[in-house]
Amino acid sequence: METVLLGFVLMLSIFLGFELISKVPATLHTPLMSGANAISGITVVGALTLAGGEMGEWATWLGAAAVFFATINVVGGYMVTDRMLGMFKKKDEPEARV
Amino acid sequence: MSPELIGAVYILSAILFVYGLKLLSSPATAVRGNQLSSLGMLVAVVVTLGSREIIDFRWIAVAAVLGTIVGAVAAQRVAMTGMPEMVALFNGSGGIASLLVGWAALDMGGATDAELPQTTFTIVTILISILIGGVTFSGSIIAWGKLSETMPSRAISLPGQQFISLLLLVAMIGCGAMMVAQPETWNSTLIYVVIVLSLILGVMAVIPIGGADMPVVISLLNSYSGLAACAAGLAINNTILIVAGSLVGAAGIILTNIMCKAMNRSLSHVLFSGFTAAKTATKVEGEVKPIVPDDAYLILEAASSVVMVPGYGMAVAQAQHVVRELGELLEENGAEVSYAIHPVAGRMPGHMNVLLAEANVPYDQLVEMDDINRRIENVDVAIVIGANDVVNPAAREDENSPIYGMPIINVDQARTVFVLKRSMASGFSGVENPLFFKQNTRMLFGDAKQSLSSVIAAFKS
Repeated sequence: METVLLGFVLMLSIFLGFELISKVPATLHTPLMSGANAISGITVVGALTLAGGEMGEWATWLGAAAVFFATINVVGGYMVTDRMLGMFKKKDEPEARV
Repeated sequence: MSPELIGAVYILSAILFVYGLKLLSSPATAVRGNQLSSLGMLVAVVVTLGSREIIDFRWIAVAAVLGTIVGAVAAQRVAMTGMPEMVALFNGSGGIASLLVGWAALDMGGATDAELPQTTFTIVTILISILIGGVTFSGSIIAWGKLSETMPSRAISLPGQQFISLLLLVAMIGCGAMMVAQPETWNSTLIYVVIVLSLILGVMAVIPIGGADMPVVISLLNSYSGLAACAAGLAINNTILIVAGSLVGAAGIILTNIMCKAMNRSLSHVLFSGFTAAKTATKVEGEVKPIVPDDAYLILEAASSVVMVPGYGMAVAQAQHVVRELGELLEENGAEVSYAIHPVAGRMPGHMNVLLAEANVPYDQLVEMDDINRRIENVDVAIVIGANDVVNPAAREDENSPIYGMPIINVDQARTVFVLKRSMASGFSGVENPLFFKQNTRMLFGDAKQSLSSVIAAFKS
């Protein structure tokens, strides 16, 4: 039964993803991609439970390595997206030129 | 914290992800959207750390601190021109993380065999997360190599490539079947085989794809990194991984589809057949009319509407700042200036937009292909900066051309076209461009940045 529920969650999320993204203008495709990429770092949550859980040494090591890579993905992804989005300005907005 | 409470907080973070992605659809709200989405991630991580399952924080702390440092430094240091490579690397790290989670989940089952025998469903989802994670990782590394020119960016095809890939996949399914049938005997050894096979498969998938098709590959790998997280979520029975992963997977597939449409090619055509320049394309004949910056200045000074059409060449020449400078001068001169961007210009989706935004071009001046094509006849001067295939009228006129049918920016219908180009070499596709021989085309040979600087100097004097 649980498998069926997970299947439903999967199906609905995919449809939701399609609906959300098809409205994004071409201008924002790169930030969208890196922002979405940061979300895919959600693996970090799974990695945390494996690295911190009561398990064999090997599984803990693998989990810790997964935490490392997923954190790069999350932190780097969000920060770089924020940096890019900060550059998109409207014409009349006061520009912060460097 | 109880599992119910954790589940409830996961729902909250899923809402934040969804709402964050929704706000990403407009430049005005996008910054907040990204912040909301990162808040969702923070909430999910914090609540997971509070779960009773986690008893040892030492390794987590070390790994998270190191990962944060690496990610933050990379995000701060990267130049906007290096963004495609950066996105590829982040994709890759997401992929390897999912692979490791799958691997650890398999090992975990082995350790606590008595109380938690692994079901077929678990083993299959673990294998899928390892497969997709591995393909994402090695594919992203190859994409990074091609984008940063560490390895040749052209399509590299080996004999019987598709056959080898198919063989790898079959071998992998075989290993998977054995692991499902007899987990105790096979899990510990065959897992290495599966990991190696998936890594090779990733390399085989990206190697035959050439530089100009990179926007498709990057968005496809982005999609894979989400699907890998989703499969890992199924393997360890974690709903937030499934929801967030499939959101990203769907987003990546949409982008991939947009990119394919913009090239008038199917996804399988991009993935499985390198671009072959047909020899049958109609030979272009005519006279090329070069122009010097001073004459270009005279024409631009009289123009009342100007459209800039940037391509990958602008990124290579790092010309985005001089492009903006010229645009501002033209505006002060009373001309209406806009920047027309083809969906697949550059090496990743939206590449040109980011570079121009970095150069402080306001986003309301960036126009999409369909919008500019509607009013291109009224444009006095179209300036093509390092773009080639995306403005090639053969795509519209010459049925024999390999790029026939691809939607292009119809710059040849503007009153005058300047093409900034190093030489007469053809674009990535190897297709000759009749645009260069048209009556209303003037070629401004040389480095795009220098040519534009000369025009700007003429404007200022």
